[in-house]
Amino acid sequence: MSVSIVLVVVMALLYACAVYLMLERSMTRVLLGFLLAGNATNLLILIMAGEAGLAPIVGNGVAAEDMADPLPQALILTAIVITFAVSAFLMALIYRSWRLARADDVEDDADDVAMRAGMARLLGEQAAASSDTEFGTRAQAAVSSARDLEEQDGPAAAESADSGWTEPETGRAR
Amino acid sequence: MTYLVPLVVLLPLLGAAAALILGKQPGVQRIVTIGVLSIVVAVSGVLLVVVDSSGPLVMEVGGWAAPFGIVLVVDRLAALMLVISAIVLLAVLVFSVGQGLADGDNETPVSIYHPTYLILATGVFTAFVAGDLFNLYVGFEILLVASYVLITLGGTEPRIRAGVTYIVVSLVSSLLFLASIAMIYGALGTVNIAQISLRMNDLPVDVQIILHVMLLVAFGIKAAVFPLSFWLPDSYPTAPAPVTAVFAGLLTKVGVYAIIRAETVIFPGPELNPALMVLALLTMVIGVLGAVAQADIKRLLSFTLVSHIGYMILGVALGTAAGTSAAIFYIVHHIVVQTTLFLAAGLIERQGGSTSINKLGGLLAASPVIAVLFFVPALNLGGIPPFSGFIGKLALFEASAQQGTVLAHILIGAGALVSLLTLYALMRVWNMAFWRPADDVEGYESTLLKNVSEAPNAAATQPTRTTPRIMTAVTAAMVVVSLALTVFAGPLFAVSSRAGENLEGPSYYIDIVFPGGRDD
Repeated sequence: MSVSIVLVVVMALLYACAVYLMLERSMTRVLLGFLLAGNATNLLILIMAGEAGLAPIVGNGVAAEDMADPLPQALILTAIVITFAVSAFLMALIYRSWRLARADDVEDDADDVAMRAGMARLLGEQAAASSDTEFGTRAQAAVSSARDLEEQDGPAAAESADSGWTEPETGRAR
Repeated sequence: MTYLVPLVVLLPLLGAAAALILGKQPGVQRIVTIGVLSIVVAVSGVLLVVVDSSGPLVMEVGGWAAPFGIVLVVDRLAALMLVISAIVLLAVLVFSVGQGLADGDNETPVSIYHPTYLILATGVFTAFVAGDLFNLYVGFEILLVASYVLITLGGTEPRIRAGVTYIVVSLVSSLLFLASIAMIYGALGTVNIAQISLRMNDLPVDVQIILHVMLLVAFGIKAAVFPLSFWLPDSYPTAPAPVTAVFAGLLTKVGVYAIIRAETVIFPGPELNPALMVLALLTMVIGVLGAVAQADIKRLLSFTLVSHIGYMILGVALGTAAGTSAAIFYIVHHIVVQTTLFLAAGLIERQGGSTSINKLGGLLAASPVIAVLFFVPALNLGGIPPFSGFIGKLALFEASAQQGTVLAHILIGAGALVSLLTLYALMRVWNMAFWRPADDVEGYESTLLKNVSEAPNAAATQPTRTTPRIMTAVTAAMVVVSLALTVFAGPLFAVSSRAGENLEGPSYYIDIVFPGGRDD
């Protein structure tokens, strides 16, 4: 099976960019990374189909060896549809997150923050000063400033943090 | 009887469409959803009886024969999983209807809940009957997308935060799965599981191991096998109680099911079994150590869930028919018991206003029914005889002892230790939430509570809501089902033994997909 080197290089580049983007804090970048990774995977399937060929329609006088393999193309179509649906959902999620916190950053896990504070108490005050993520306190700062905005907007924001089972949408007109 | 096979996928899918159209009439929607799942329970029950008595069913979709068309395969393992997951899905649905009725969702209906729930069911059933690797991927995607919606239901801030972790991790696992399908297709030119198994022997061993590891990583994330289990305790507890219950019961088990298929049919060789056994050991021990440190009941149960995945992986990793049989029995037991415990945690939250054992107390006096409904499955999960947890663990230990390697014996010891620690964690919940008097809660000092960590966002909810009778009745019914697993452990274990024997080597599976001989 011979493969096009260009496709392989493009795929590798897409994967590399995708991994870089998905490791970012911003959820929009995670979404972009996911789109790139999805496309890279589709390219991988295309590469696995082997050489390009003619349309695989029987009865056109085309020999079977000259036809392209149609199955991977069907797989890619399915994968594209799934990627499309999932990215639409992710965008809705990002928008919702922005409405709630005015930031699309992935927050530090609350449990990790608590554990870090506990470790700092054990090890003394100096550990508390240095943050152990490369993002430092940036993400936290973004969120806490968002709180201020919400408070200016109105009192409804704080209530929505409660995790009730069937609560109405807090759709406030802005 | 082959026409029954696609029904388990079609019925919930059509039901989801109907439920979506009926979004404005919650009453009719509830009837449709419950009705559809009841029919699926009946259909899968018939499937199990038919498959167990007269052999497996293979449906060629569109009438195209096996290597060209897509096949749906129901063997004993698939039928057993279908029955138990249909029962659990129906029970949790009725539980959530009871909760919704009590909380007055007539005024603020989450009208997408029922359709999404049925789509989740479709995904789970598709994954169980898939005879084609790409169809398995589609099944996974259907259930994952439905689970994304369910885990962020209501769109509150803690749920969005927990949902982002869950969604991004699941996306990565799906992409890995898709990439491994691409590579398997590139290497073998097929995505039919039986044909993959036939052609796999022609590949060089190192290529086989690469494909094997890629598939295992993709499935391992879904099954929450250590070190790929980090996402689970963060994301599950924030979802509504019924959603957590069904996720905990079913979604990880779909991953374990895929691992069983991969280990027995696609890669029957023993190359990675020792590595899997070490992972099983780490999953068991680290999961339960996490559970011991938690004060929040839902988080504690999530950690025990991770820990008990280790038992199932142990059974698969043994690579013997006895091990696989024990793992299958354990999966059935664990689906029922873990779901029941999460439902009981939902009842505790309503009754006590919190799921933190620091804040709960006096529930035994306040609600003896909930106490019993928590205590019985807790003993069962901890592996106290005569319950099914004990039988499952005994079968696993027996299979390990038969295999006889040093690693297998270490795992027996670790398994016994882990079940003790599970019992410790759950009995601490019992002591704090149920046994101690309610007026002791303020300023209570106990060595049991000294080192537990509180869950984030553990705000107390109002305990004034009454517990609807439907919710209690459903939880009681699930406890009865778990007790039935104990009473009828003999026949059930016989079925799972036959399922395990069918999975010893890939030839049985290949023969049922290619009944007319293996012209490759």
